[in-house]
Amino acid sequence: MNDLINGINVTRRSFVVGASVAGAGLSLGILPAGRAAADGHLDEVNAWVVIAPDDTVTVRVARSEMGQGTLTGLAQLVAEELECDWEKVTWEFPTPGQSLARERVWGSFSTGGSRGLRGSQQYMREGGAAARMMLIEAAAQQWGVPAAECYAENSVIYHRGSRRKTRFGKVADAAGKLAPPTEVKLKPESEWKVAGQPLKRLDTAEKLTGKLVYGADIQLDGMLLASIKDCPVMGGKLLSYDEAAIKDMPGVRGVVKVETSLGTSGVAVVADTWWQANKALEKLPIEWDLGPNAEFDDAALTALLESGLDADEAFVGNAGGDIAGAFGAAEQMVEAVYKVPSQNHAPMEPMNATAVLTKDQCDVWCPTQNGESALAAASEASGLPIEQCEVYKTILGGGFGRRGRPDYVYQVIEVAKAFPGTPIKLQWSREEDQRHGFFHPTTMAKMRGSLDADGKLTGLHVRISGQSILAGLSPQALQDGMDPLVFQTLFKHGVAPNMDDHAISYDFENLLVDHAMRNPPIRPGFWRGVNMNQNAIYMECFMDELAAAAGRDPLEFRLAHMEKNPKGAAVLKAVAERSGWGRKDGKHRGLAVTYGFGSYVAACADVTVSGDGDVKIDRIVAATDCGTAVNPQQIEAQVEGSFVYGLSALLYQEITYDQGVVEQQNFHTYPSMRIKDMPKVEAIVMPSGGFYGGVGEPTIGVAAPAVMNAIYAATGKRVRSLPLKEQLKA
Amino acid sequence: MKSLKVNGKRIEVDADEGTPLLWVIREQLGMTGTKFGCGIAQCGACTIHIDGRAVRSCVYPLSAVSDSNEITTIEGLSRDGEHPVQQAWAELDTPQCGYCQPGMIMAVAGMLNDTPNPSDEQIDAQITNICRCGTFQRVREGIHLAAKKS
Repeated sequence: MNDLINGINVTRRSFVVGASVAGAGLSLGILPAGRAAADGHLDEVNAWVVIAPDDTVTVRVARSEMGQGTLTGLAQLVAEELECDWEKVTWEFPTPGQSLARERVWGSFSTGGSRGLRGSQQYMREGGAAARMMLIEAAAQQWGVPAAECYAENSVIYHRGSRRKTRFGKVADAAGKLAPPTEVKLKPESEWKVAGQPLKRLDTAEKLTGKLVYGADIQLDGMLLASIKDCPVMGGKLLSYDEAAIKDMPGVRGVVKVETSLGTSGVAVVADTWWQANKALEKLPIEWDLGPNAEFDDAALTALLESGLDADEAFVGNAGGDIAGAFGAAEQMVEAVYKVPSQNHAPMEPMNATAVLTKDQCDVWCPTQNGESALAAASEASGLPIEQCEVYKTILGGGFGRRGRPDYVYQVIEVAKAFPGTPIKLQWSREEDQRHGFFHPTTMAKMRGSLDADGKLTGLHVRISGQSILAGLSPQALQDGMDPLVFQTLFKHGVAPNMDDHAISYDFENLLVDHAMRNPPIRPGFWRGVNMNQNAIYMECFMDELAAAAGRDPLEFRLAHMEKNPKGAAVLKAVAERSGWGRKDGKHRGLAVTYGFGSYVAACADVTVSGDGDVKIDRIVAATDCGTAVNPQQIEAQVEGSFVYGLSALLYQEITYDQGVVEQQNFHTYPSMRIKDMPKVEAIVMPSGGFYGGVGEPTIGVAAPAVMNAIYAATGKRVRSLPLKEQLKA
Repeated sequence: MKSLKVNGKRIEVDADEGTPLLWVIREQLGMTGTKFGCGIAQCGACTIHIDGRAVRSCVYPLSAVSDSNEITTIEGLSRDGEHPVQQAWAELDTPQCGYCQPGMIMAVAGMLNDTPNPSDEQIDAQITNICRCGTFQRVREGIHLAAKKS
């Protein structure tokens, strides 16, 4: 799955060099021979590590930082191997253009799939270790002693035999001129001093004073501002606009038709300030050809999804045993239909990008989860060779998967074409961000299970009907028409190695998981947690229903199918124990467990439902076994935040359509959790060692189902569709 | 031209009277710590202080401000992050993406001006800013910590 997501994030153009580069050259941060940077001399020990004469260590991080803390975690891993003083560590983003010129020395820039750390830890640790070896070698050469007699600690190099020592800053320049080692040995986790510690983030201070510059804050000399309105109906087109009606409004510099190769079609107003541009855009008379989806609405969507629930044709994602036989011999059949709607990412910083386009150069500043796909977009949109394009990443004001798509980069370049040489910042309004997201895919599921006379689950059929992300974003990645990602967290373990990060948590004797693909005219996207979110709801809520039908305890019922998944069972037992599962204390609890993005996670929610149907989520206990915990306090932060994201979706969020147009235009109709609704989250970080699992997404999967099951415990009512909204009100 | 007092400094601005303070601050004054999030006073990313009271600047027109009002933005809350709320946030490593935090910090600092030691119920009622990363647990803890530091 990682490979799949990687594969589709990289691109529309084939500039990306082959995987062969990801060998030793990549891992050791070597500048390929004959490929020196423009000025001939590189002020670095290697690609990952730059050390200034005052010992300041700059760690280069190619992955994007959007709040998930990857930047700090990766710096910790490099610092650990480098043996430098953590107090002297800072960071910088290399640019995708520099990386391309150096044969992708920094590897993938793609930041998604909870992969930022686990996908780059190996080569970045090796980069840090190689830099340490080169620094030691440089010192040893100066002293005329064997490097083997020297060691580094806290940014100081010592010679064992004599009392000589020197600082990193003094030998960094010489070290950078040495040949990199051909082999490096990484420290065992048991010797970690910096990695594994709950250190503070490197990027906090500037976030507290307003000094940090996000994409929306870019200011360039002579810059003009643009606000855009794309056709409100997907697949529609701009027909015309009446520029004369607004051209005399204050600050207005022009109106630009913006059509991109992604199929977007709209119009932007350019002005001296964004407020002026947006005011004028609101007044601009526009005619649209709304296209074939102008009648699309929620009824059409529901009919489409329901048509797949019993359809004969479906892609099989996981099958074993004899489901028909099991159902035929059932003592009791249990059946339920679930639904999860489209949801928008709605990061706090609405989409934006800034570009300067001349006849031979295209520079873009933007918050992106994938610098390389933004660079490819810049090249394609500008028509310039990729070597004449560059992307400068900023820290993102939230991403959640939305900023892996470069649509706003294509758009800003179309606007910039009308103003050659003038910096243009395109800032979307919140309304534009709501209308033109790449939404969480919408699906329904028909769940059927058979129980025998002893209340044992003998067969389970999960029929998913609905949208495929790959069909919408990159149909070339479909496998004979099937979207394997649809089965995330329901895969059979061991079938495809690159999907084992999302294998099913349970062992069932007779199982069928299949997907009737039904794609509505809605742009799907990777939304924090991706297909784990709805699949965990379907599986975990239905397991609760089965346990109830069988008259068994939901914890015991789950564990009965987890003998082959001891790590999954361990996180489930951990939350049950901490939360007081089974205690007769009047509290209403619900459980959920899943395995996604390489981590084992479970949650126990504790809720109170008032007589009026108001739900209060009192407490969440959440456990994560991510194998290796590089920064435990940041993992806790991710877990805390994942519940806000997952529970906002459960409680309030859905994107619906009327006449082809998104109905939820801003936060007043697309609410997000506020502090009053925030439950107390107790995160249990329990790394069992030996692997690296993701942490940004996994616990989102258990957020909604744990609460839904707790609501059942409190009320006896099953919530089977999101959002909850007024469902429990009389 | 209109005369404003921003972060203790007298500043002349040339903008339409209907322009929200958010955009005057960001585009005329070039101070980008105050963020645009929604434009309809829902999310609070644009929170500033007028005479010590938290307001959402995205719907607060220039015309509503007089030259005697003291406007404070995140850049003027303290010299270099010394305000108790900023200190508490640093101690708890509260921000994730951080985009909402200038507004969150201004909202909290504004609340503490009137309610120096807020209860959880008062926090629930008064702090209504949106944070999509979900930092609320540390925000709440940070408010109590800042109250102790003040």
